[in-house]
Amino acid sequence: MLKQEEGSQAVAHAVAMCRPEVICAYPISPQTHIVEGLSDRVRRGDLSPCEFVSVESEFAAMSVAIGASAAGARAYTATASQGLLYMAEALYNASGLGLPIVMTVANRAIGAPINIWNDHSDSMSQRDSGWIQLYAESNQEALDLHVQAFKLAEELSLPVMVCVDGFILTHAFERVDLPAQEQVDAFLPAFEPRQMLDPADPVTIGAMVGPEAYFEVKYLMHAKQLDALDRIPRIASEFEEAFGRSSGGLVRGYRTEDAETIVVALGSVLGTIEDVVDELREQGVKIGALGIKCFRPYPLDEVRAALARAGRVIVLEKAWAIGVGGIVGQNVRLALSGLPVSVHDVIAGLGGRPITKRSLRALFADALADRLGPLSFLDLKRDVVERELERQTAGGRPGPHAENILKELGVVAARSH
Amino acid sequence: MRIHGRGGQGVVTAAELLSVAAFNEGRHAQAFPSFGSERTGAPVVSFCRIDDRPIRAHEPISEPDALIVQDPTLLHQVDLFGGLRSDGFVLINTSRSLADLGIAEFFEGHHSERVLRVPATDIAREHLGRPLPNAVLLGGFAAMTRAVSLDAVAGAIRERFPGALGDRNVNAARNAFEYVDA
Repeated sequence: MLKQEEGSQAVAHAVAMCRPEVICAYPISPQTHIVEGLSDRVRRGDLSPCEFVSVESEFAAMSVAIGASAAGARAYTATASQGLLYMAEALYNASGLGLPIVMTVANRAIGAPINIWNDHSDSMSQRDSGWIQLYAESNQEALDLHVQAFKLAEELSLPVMVCVDGFILTHAFERVDLPAQEQVDAFLPAFEPRQMLDPADPVTIGAMVGPEAYFEVKYLMHAKQLDALDRIPRIASEFEEAFGRSSGGLVRGYRTEDAETIVVALGSVLGTIEDVVDELREQGVKIGALGIKCFRPYPLDEVRAALARAGRVIVLEKAWAIGVGGIVGQNVRLALSGLPVSVHDVIAGLGGRPITKRSLRALFADALADRLGPLSFLDLKRDVVERELERQTAGGRPGPHAENILKELGVVAARSH
Repeated sequence: MRIHGRGGQGVVTAAELLSVAAFNEGRHAQAFPSFGSERTGAPVVSFCRIDDRPIRAHEPISEPDALIVQDPTLLHQVDLFGGLRSDGFVLINTSRSLADLGIAEFFEGHHSERVLRVPATDIAREHLGRPLPNAVLLGGFAAMTRAVSLDAVAGAIRERFPGALGDRNVNAARNAFEYVDA
């Protein structure tokens, strides 16, 4: 059924149709509308049996999800930003224990400086936590990926993070095609736990493991992630067959066949990039885009195959490894090792700074004219940075960066006395 | 299109309702807020795109075809008209003249039939008993741009606000439609 709906409500719809038995959450923007929508359904009895547990922190949210999943329940939670960091220890437990929890991350920047807007710093910080990471480029895909995520998680017994751009998608009203409950039921079988805390058949989940076995238990996470590289495209094609639309998978190319320049990105910025690709194609520029839909496990072979014939690759990413460069860019270079392809990392959209077509046009023009270096920062106010660096070396007590820069930009009034 | 107002005036809801109205007419639409300090009274901006093709872009609207100004006290505080073309539509919630508002000079050279005013707060008070201009202005917007029909706007309002509240908002929107259409 087609509906014009907020992204968060579309995700709540999808999650509810997956019939989770335990939902535990702590509210944090921009994820809050999702769990509000789910809590309403539980309260009204529309989602039953399901227990909605309001917890006192994100650490507790993930801990409850771990407990619920270990007890054999289908468990779901959602978070963002600081909330994801606060549950970091429990994230590693969920993946290390092999518990198929599904979590939405409504992508948001990390403080300091405190900022509620979108970028990928939060989920990228947990890229090596052992969770599978899927990135949605539209509200339709956000909805669809949750249905696929439960199936994937439970087939592998691994947790899955569905990353949805905060505000840009979670708070956007877009057209979505909501599946029928029977379709979801047919696609997603009832949860059959691989391991379960059962008084009738007691086991220990979370045993202490010494040097004799830690490596092997840990390696199993890697083996399962590699297995996911086969399952994700299969589940995506089963989904397409059942629901009649293509969503998810490992990577998706757009006009890449003969492209000499390919722009790589994750999430909601892909649509904006594709619009600019179309404009440039009309001018005869051989340019395309590659969306990485699944960042963990990393689809090395698919990325290599998609980019191997391009001479130039621009990796546009909403997070970076400070002191190094792009995160996705490092992974792209790994996929292209030995090939004569130049890779340019472009950090963009941090803390909610809009990534506009105007800026992308200028960026791609620079790239096509070979003016782009290995690492650049889209729309960074360099003059502002330079002046702050000068203030810091001028002696005295220059004060905090954030306040100095806000003052310079006229966002806050001068200090009161 | 872009909507400017203040927290509490339903700026975000207005863009959402407009997107639902366009959707109900079989078109593609995308509405989203520009979140900032979304406190009651603080300046808030929302956006809506309407197209016959699927909308892929996710960027704010910097060059709007149409603007709704829900709160004229923003006129000299916020860059309301940034990116507006000389043939862009502007609907301002006010009973005062452009000269009174101090923006007559700004609109010299602009297609004057595309800069319209409607006393949406007064209409809202009359129909709703509360100064909530957002749904009212959508009626005026429909009359001004014909981008959506009044019926579609009414349908979107009723979907969101069932019962008497919806009816009152629809009547207020119709009143604004007729005011602008006259």
